[in-house]
Amino acid sequence: METLTYEYRGGRPVNSPPPSVLVGVVGSGNLEVLVEPAPLGGLCRVEVQTAAVGFGATWQAVLDDVFARHPLADVRISINDVGATPAVVGLRLDQALDAFAGGTQP
Amino acid sequence: MRDWNLQGRNRDERLARAAGLADGKRVATADARALLEAVLEPGDRVCLEGNNQKQADFLARTLASVDPARVNGLHMVQSVLALPEHLDVFERGIAAKLDFSFSGPQGARLARMVADGRIAIGAIHTYLELFGRYFVDLTPRVSLVAAQAADAAGNLYTGPNTEDTPVIVEATAFKRGIVIAQVNELVDSVPRVDIPGGWVDFVIQSPTPHYIEPLFTRDPAQISEIQVLMAMMAIKGIYAEYGVQRLNHGIGFDTAAIELLLPTYAESLGLKGKICRHWALNPHPALIPAIEAGFVESVHSFGSELGMEAYIRARPDVFFTGADGSMRSNRAMCQAAGHYACDLFIGSTLQIDLAGNSSTATLGRIAGFGGAPNMGADARGRRHASPAWLKAGREAREGGGQMPRGQKLVVQMVETFREHMQPAFVERLDAWELAESAGMELPPVMIYGDDVTHILTEEGIANLLLCRTAEEREQAIRGVAGYTPVGRGRDRRMVENLRDRGVIRRAEDLGIDKRMATRDLLAARSVKDLVRASGGLYDPPKRFRNW
Repeated sequence: METLTYEYRGGRPVNSPPPSVLVGVVGSGNLEVLVEPAPLGGLCRVEVQTAAVGFGATWQAVLDDVFARHPLADVRISINDVGATPAVVGLRLDQALDAFAGGTQP
Repeated sequence: MRDWNLQGRNRDERLARAAGLADGKRVATADARALLEAVLEPGDRVCLEGNNQKQADFLARTLASVDPARVNGLHMVQSVLALPEHLDVFERGIAAKLDFSFSGPQGARLARMVADGRIAIGAIHTYLELFGRYFVDLTPRVSLVAAQAADAAGNLYTGPNTEDTPVIVEATAFKRGIVIAQVNELVDSVPRVDIPGGWVDFVIQSPTPHYIEPLFTRDPAQISEIQVLMAMMAIKGIYAEYGVQRLNHGIGFDTAAIELLLPTYAESLGLKGKICRHWALNPHPALIPAIEAGFVESVHSFGSELGMEAYIRARPDVFFTGADGSMRSNRAMCQAAGHYACDLFIGSTLQIDLAGNSSTATLGRIAGFGGAPNMGADARGRRHASPAWLKAGREAREGGGQMPRGQKLVVQMVETFREHMQPAFVERLDAWELAESAGMELPPVMIYGDDVTHILTEEGIANLLLCRTAEEREQAIRGVAGYTPVGRGRDRRMVENLRDRGVIRRAEDLGIDKRMATRDLLAARSVKDLVRASGGLYDPPKRFRNW
């Protein structure tokens, strides 16, 4: 088990965000993402608990791209990972952050 | 004076040696080995029918049990090595040389035996290539085939799994070879004649029905949300974009996901009747919901699929069936159809390099190719036009001032990481090392990069038709290679430029809402759902039943 923390600046807060958004499941090759508003002084903080040790650089690269797609502020993202591939991580985060920011379904 | 009928005379000698064993064309099960020892001669070219699905398993066991002092040095020419006996004949010295197409389940043992010098491989072929050589320089002297039933005249009924039998028997019978069939039952009259009795020399009842492998059944319960997302991109970004009406799907969960999204996602985009009407495809159970929803007009098949018999029988407008109601498949015809009459092939692979070459070869396994190279190659001999073919050809040639022509869409669909975080994108294919270690003349490439038109990953679609230089092509591939070392080695500025030009398209560029990419979008989420969709007609093999 490894705990990784990443912080991003320069995002925008969401107007009237939901109390929280939870997507995914804690199962092999999968992960759970919890997104909550938090008074972080403009930061977006990502806390990763992962079963797969030694992929810090990959997490950094995936999360950099996620933040570029969803530049949010005053948000805490908690990830409980059970060996998900970067593809699953990216999809789950996109799903969670789209729901958090309240985009409309087509 | 030269004798122009040596083959015919040799055939007569073989038949004379076997005369005491046959009652008409029938040979008793117990005399099967004696028959093979009577008709076979050392060094013969022999086709032992090994298909993707149907196996002449009794004749395979029998051949592996003949006396190597009498029968040896055989040259096996068969499409698929599926059973242990297919290699046992080499282990025992009965056979020495092999020309084949696919060895999936025996790939690791084959590699060991080649390394030990027990097997000399002539070549690894695509199906049509091997079938073609049956009529040129690899014509079998003796063929050992499998059928469902035979009558006293030797007429064979293959049932739904006709597969390779017609092409094998035609090549052998008309060059004065010997055709021996194992059958599940001897009957007074066959339901339909798949192989005329005049082309068959001997018929043996096998002690158990021939083995059939359910190779094309994919349990929808195992389809992931990433596969749903990729299937959405395939439908919206390629099928709808080109108006693909005629196609072939490879084997696997990626393409099963597309089949299961037709009645839901494709329907919601108004694509019914506009895409996916005609198929060269085995009867995939995953296609049932799309057939029931009215997407599919016709399906011609290489082979059948276990459990689909009653469903096929009840949908004769869709499938090719005989007067008896059961399907007639034909691998050679369907391969030709897939090559010349389809506008798109889409399939998965294990490795893709920076030029788009793809390979399923891995170290320590000689797996061969199967059908993908015939489906996944531009048909240079094609002349008829269709909107999808013309659009692909225009994109490839735009501004080049060349003679206009179309091009087949060949799509490789892969997740950037396979299981155990093995990257699907590599600088150098394992095929190179395999070729060196096994002494092959060429690396075993399944689909060459210059035939691939699109690479689809969870990160997006790279349209290689629109690339104008080798550098653009490399960056387009890196640009969908995700967080693999190849993907992270991208030139970000160039990739964004390719995205602006529509060479790379992400889900968001296609207007796909990723929140919809859940398993709820699948028209069936389990094998039981497929049974329900078929109105109870689909009867899945036991290993796929968990209720």
